[in-house]
Amino acid sequence: MSDFTIKVRRYQPESGDPAYYQAFDVELDPTLSVLDGLLQARDRDDGSLAVRCSCRAAICGSCGVKVNGQSTLACKTRLEDAQAIANKMAGDSLEGNAPIVIEPMGNMSVIKDLITDMESTHWEKFRRVTPWLIPDGAPPEREYIVSQEAMVDVTQAVACIQCGACVSACLSLEADPDFIGPAALAKAYRFVGDPRDGRTTERLFDLANDPHGIYDCTHCFSCVEACPKGVAPMDQIMRLRRIAGHDHEIDDLNNGRRHELAFAKNIERYGTLDESLLLQESYAPGVKAKLKPTPAAIKGLLSSLPTAVRGIRTGKMRSLKKLIPGIHPKLPGDSQKRVRAIYAHSEAHREELNLYVLGEDE
Amino acid sequence: MKLAYWPGCVSRGFTPELHGSMALVAAKMGIELVTLDRANCSGAGVIAEHNQELADCLNARTFALAQETGLAMMNICSTCQGAQSESQQRLDADDAYRAHINDVLAEEGISYEKGKHGWTNKNFLWLLVEDYGLDKLSAMVTRPLSGLRIGPFYGCYVLRPKKRLGYDDNPDRDVYLERVITALGGEVVEYDGARRCCGFPVITMNKQTSLRQAGTHVGDAIDAGADCLVTPCPLCHLNLDMQQPEAAKIVGRDLGLAVLHLPQLVGLALGFEPKQLGMAKHIAGTSQVIERLSGAAA
Repeated sequence: MSDFTIKVRRYQPESGDPAYYQAFDVELDPTLSVLDGLLQARDRDDGSLAVRCSCRAAICGSCGVKVNGQSTLACKTRLEDAQAIANKMAGDSLEGNAPIVIEPMGNMSVIKDLITDMESTHWEKFRRVTPWLIPDGAPPEREYIVSQEAMVDVTQAVACIQCGACVSACLSLEADPDFIGPAALAKAYRFVGDPRDGRTTERLFDLANDPHGIYDCTHCFSCVEACPKGVAPMDQIMRLRRIAGHDHEIDDLNNGRRHELAFAKNIERYGTLDESLLLQESYAPGVKAKLKPTPAAIKGLLSSLPTAVRGIRTGKMRSLKKLIPGIHPKLPGDSQKRVRAIYAHSEAHREELNLYVLGEDE
Repeated sequence: MKLAYWPGCVSRGFTPELHGSMALVAAKMGIELVTLDRANCSGAGVIAEHNQELADCLNARTFALAQETGLAMMNICSTCQGAQSESQQRLDADDAYRAHINDVLAEEGISYEKGKHGWTNKNFLWLLVEDYGLDKLSAMVTRPLSGLRIGPFYGCYVLRPKKRLGYDDNPDRDVYLERVITALGGEVVEYDGARRCCGFPVITMNKQTSLRQAGTHVGDAIDAGADCLVTPCPLCHLNLDMQQPEAAKIVGRDLGLAVLHLPQLVGLALGFEPKQLGMAKHIAGTSQVIERLSGAAA
């Protein structure tokens, strides 16, 4: 048995008072969970403390909260681990133990204490991606026959328990509340990757062209870190981008595919990045390229000009080589040839190693 | 200390002051850097998004070139660290996959060997704390950063995902910037943005989402009383510094906060002049930092 102090963010809308933090002392085995701590505080000190939970075994996905700022399941976080992080974040000057801070999930409105409104953020976005199978044509007389590899490919996305921890952690959602978000997009991959689904192209076209779709993910890994089931939603979003841009050649309105192709081409040509060329080609690839600039792309390019002018003024971009797209030093010796050979091989192969399937991840 | 050195692309492109200040600081600290001039871009996550095998081949090539030198490898870019660690995780996880990638490198006569002589790839921040040592660094300080209020800004790629980035063995990597700031005599400013995203990866795709992030974090740091931010990531620097005037428009408030590269902050404490460290090249003015330091010296 050990003593812990948990500091819980309380909020009761009917009271008319603003949110406040309340500390509870709990006494539990350190290997027990933060949820056990919350339930003890509720039983011993304040029966009005609102927390949602059910299975207590990281299966039902009910007890999503933030522990020391990190979105997670309360039942899957040990008190001793939460204590170690609380102490670390408090810094070297700390004496004794810092309180374990428990808050409701982010990016959602709070109904009471630790209970958030999953409907208005999570479930609404979830429905946005048409989260059910739409097969082509009439169903077969008996079951669908699917290869095992094809289904193994979507098992990672299938593992989602809808707890909302990734939605809570998402940093794009903080900046853009309209972003479809990690949980819903991971679910979108679950159907894009399913060989029984007949609307793959339509799904991809929709998600690539929506300004709040797959190209609105800022690649911050917060959802990967938060997910208690190893779904790695961001990895699923990147797969959606790969499939939309490469396999389906969807030339989206967000410059997503253009940017990706411009970057890849840039390195094939020079080995290291020529930012000026990247900027230009992300918006408006050369006339020889198949892609033509859209009005949105031209607007994007023009809006970058003030930044470029400032860079020239401070000397950041004084060198001609940095200013003129396409005048960029190549790698020495035959290195550039080697890089091109790697491209020739990899673009033909496109092998993907899924560590989740391999069993390397959880 | 002698290290193979991968400077990355942006440190020699739009943030030349980073590469320049690293060279000065390394020499002063007695770190000999062997630049991997034949190595290629890490892909910054974008090439992995385009073609995973391509990203892994390109990074395996850089690792192989580093291993040829017989030295551990240092980078000065969080994004390189993240993209390279992602490839390394896959390469190390599966012998057959690694062999397949090495077949592609065989033409050049090089190969990446898992765990060769305890080979590591670390960014300057991790190296500073884990290998160089903060006591040793403190002892070298000739201009303590006393009175300078500094907000740490990590960049996502050295924070997450923890398992891939070696947090099992080094769990405190997400508080190293605070420790370095303290070791240099500076004052750590706590604000919301330290471990959030700068927004750079979507700058060409959704400028609003991108610059709202950068602008919010810079604003929060100003409100918390910071004189400057410090970051180990040049791509964060692009959004936080180079785009700062644009970000200010999007968040609808005045900004104007200096953003220093990590080697610049170390360089100031080791006695280099702001101009030597390329601070005049920044978009957000650095005069408040310089005034604060000259005040401390007086």
